[in-house]
Amino acid sequence: MKRLLALAVSALALSAPALAQDVTITNAKVVIGDGSAPIEGGTVVVRGGSVVYAGPASGAPAGGTAVDAGGAWVTPGLFATVTTLGLADVSAVDESNDITARETPFSAALDASTSINPTSQHILVHKAAGITRAATAMMPAGSIFAGQGAIIDLDGDATPVMQARAFQMINLGEAGADRAGGSRPAAHALLRAALREAQALSGKTGIPETTEIGKADEVLLSRFDAEALVPVVTGKQKLYVAVDRMADIRAVLALKTEYPRLDLVLVGATEGWLVARDIAAAGVPVIANGLNDLPETFEQLGATQSNAGRMAAAGVKVAINADTLQNPRRLQQVAGNLVALTRMPGASGMDWGKAFAAISSVPADISGMGGKAGVLKAGALGDVVLWTGDPLEVGSVPTRVFIGGVEQDLTNHQTRLRDRYIDLDESDRPKAYDW
Amino acid sequence: MIIDIKRRARMGALATIASALALSACATTGSSGDTASASAKSDDKAFAATPAGEPVFASTYKPFPNIATALTGATVYDGKGGKIENGTVFFSGGKIVAVGGPDTPIPADIAVFDGTGKFVTPGIIDIHSHLGDYPSPGVQAHSDGNEATAPTTPEVWAEHSVWPQDPGFSRALANGGVTALQILPGSANLMGGRSVTLKNVPARTVQGMKFPGAPYSMKMACGENPKRVYGSKGRMPSTRMGNLAVNRETWLGAIDYANDPKAKRDLGKETLVGVLKGEILIQNHCYRADEMALVLDMAKEMGYKVAAFHHAVEAYKIGDLLRENDVCSAIWADWYGFKMESYDGILENAAFLQREGACVVIHSDDQNDIQRLNQEAAKAQAAGLRLGMDIPDATVIQWLTFNAAKAMGIDKMTGSLEVGKMADVVLWNGDPLSVYSRPEKVWIDGALMFDAMNPKIRPVSDFELGQPGEGDVK
Repeated sequence: MKRLLALAVSALALSAPALAQDVTITNAKVVIGDGSAPIEGGTVVVRGGSVVYAGPASGAPAGGTAVDAGGAWVTPGLFATVTTLGLADVSAVDESNDITARETPFSAALDASTSINPTSQHILVHKAAGITRAATAMMPAGSIFAGQGAIIDLDGDATPVMQARAFQMINLGEAGADRAGGSRPAAHALLRAALREAQALSGKTGIPETTEIGKADEVLLSRFDAEALVPVVTGKQKLYVAVDRMADIRAVLALKTEYPRLDLVLVGATEGWLVARDIAAAGVPVIANGLNDLPETFEQLGATQSNAGRMAAAGVKVAINADTLQNPRRLQQVAGNLVALTRMPGASGMDWGKAFAAISSVPADISGMGGKAGVLKAGALGDVVLWTGDPLEVGSVPTRVFIGGVEQDLTNHQTRLRDRYIDLDESDRPKAYDW
Repeated sequence: MIIDIKRRARMGALATIASALALSACATTGSSGDTASASAKSDDKAFAATPAGEPVFASTYKPFPNIATALTGATVYDGKGGKIENGTVFFSGGKIVAVGGPDTPIPADIAVFDGTGKFVTPGIIDIHSHLGDYPSPGVQAHSDGNEATAPTTPEVWAEHSVWPQDPGFSRALANGGVTALQILPGSANLMGGRSVTLKNVPARTVQGMKFPGAPYSMKMACGENPKRVYGSKGRMPSTRMGNLAVNRETWLGAIDYANDPKAKRDLGKETLVGVLKGEILIQNHCYRADEMALVLDMAKEMGYKVAAFHHAVEAYKIGDLLRENDVCSAIWADWYGFKMESYDGILENAAFLQREGACVVIHSDDQNDIQRLNQEAAKAQAAGLRLGMDIPDATVIQWLTFNAAKAMGIDKMTGSLEVGKMADVVLWNGDPLSVYSRPEKVWIDGALMFDAMNPKIRPVSDFELGQPGEGDVK
């Protein structure tokens, strides 16, 4: 029986890409993803790859393949940001790792969309964890500029990149200081020099007349990099800035007075709760470290798990940062912990709906996918996940995942190992024949 | 894993000045020390260290004042697989006095907490932590967990690196309900040195945290880390076969030492001989199934026993072998794929080990995960349930209490709620296997060391005083 099942699964994996199905999911505990409370007995309708309805059963249009959820939770696909999904097979195996490039002369010009591997096991594993879209980016190594991140889907087909060069990412904290030559002023000087070069290039064509910025034998900013920063300085490309310390956050917000067109997003912001009102007033969203509560560096002295909740309460748009997690499939666990904090005296967390939104619609919105991803509303992409239980509870996993209306095969290296080692029986042949 | 963390050494002008100051401070201390030894020499006594085997760096921990306490009406997991609905746990004088149902007699004049809707477990125990040795802030000056200058350093003791002011201890207590933990040297070396088991109590000295009567363990490491660290220095081992060769030569040297009554004292070999005698346990970092099997044969060859394989992401492939050898697997729930030897990590590891009747321990190796061992265990349990393997909640709690205590050699003293044992107890505000629950109160030897309902009953380390968020909920 086991052998038969395994064969069936393999056949699915080898078949041609499926077309988007028209599906009506009924008898579901529907989570819209916008912060609202779940709807019992709800219906979700997907047609032509998009959501056409999500809400109470009474208002639903008819049609499509009927799926009775049996009372299960049904949610939009999770949106993971900031990730490295698709950029490495094994992070400690350098040859397989495209997350950092310490030896390259380029920095801001690096473009993650050129190397997303849609069949990376990390993508397959995280799809099976209910993540359907992600913002994926390189990490800064040789410079304060990490390069340009992409918005991807996790359906494993030939076109993982939804939006190339969606954002530039830089570090202006301790790590950025180190990469700029040893201090925060060095990092800020490099940023300003780079933005000035980009401004000079803005609107011009032909061979740029900029000068390389170098240090000893090292190129900190090439002409190609300066060109890549033109959309940043003109506000056409978002600038993700990784900082943690209160003072560093203020310094980032102050950039808006010098460069008013910058479209800023804070990443990390461990001490954001100390300047939450300033962040809210500036209208800058935050991709926040969710549960960091230790002074692991001198820029994180004020770390507390209540950071995200306090910032949200002050009116900041807060998404949860996947980058600091052991792996992005822990996003749901982080969100669940934010709910747990609402029961602790003196702590700040989020109610269930807002916590779920912090790993679905809010990161999608920050990524320029507002109304399209991380939400079940008419016109949104048909990313729908059915769960074994409360999706924020540890141990809950998807039972079915649709991306753009296409039901996904959830097989991966881990599920195949699971199937092989469901027992240790080698009485007939070694385990190598069990597949 | 800790060896994989990249740390940044930044030497600016300030650092140079600091180093100069540090050097001059040493010089001053050195000269006064010389004076002291010169006067000692004027006596006609023979010099002698405390003989090998006698306690040194002894624990000075004493349980803090406590009052007789009863928790009533709660769901009680005893840590050994037992569950009592509407249960009572009564402790006094630092010890468990009674555990039972609602009719358990308790004296009239004691503190009673209504645990209705709440849960009681033994204190959580982390068998694999580097708190204090790699403390926060994780600056280079605090990087004290790997004596990565020789592939075998059985002579080093983790307790000599523990910084008691690491704020991580308080987070593990308040958010994780951790009452005891084993601090291990890192995994750069094949033999990293002795561990130390601590009570998770704030103290000015490491001696004030040492778990009285806990045996030592020695940390060993398989696989990628030792061969990478030493291979990159152009010395042995640079391969897995080199790892085994260096280990076996070292054990043979220890056996010779043990058989030579005239041998000059050797701190490293004293540790190894302690292992051969069964007084010191082996905690062996080892990811891959095939390497664990080799280590078990090496242990047989040399005459010692492995207490637990740590980070054993492939333990599920040899659950039968691990059961037969009575070795625990200390594992994460969901870490995978960050290094080659972790590539085959699966969520079902714990459940498959449980299926074979092998010992499961959930560990952290991480200053954040130690705050949520209960949640990690719940993930592992759920993975089994999806395959129809219904592992009871009470058994899952055993993974982070009694089983950890057993693999650390402290199971006669703590790890379960049994009469006469240390009153290391956690009152949870809900099901501890739910993401929505947190410790409400934590007692260590019957003393209330954390109370979520009272902001002052929460440790704040020296390092945190005067910093942003001092005394915050964290």
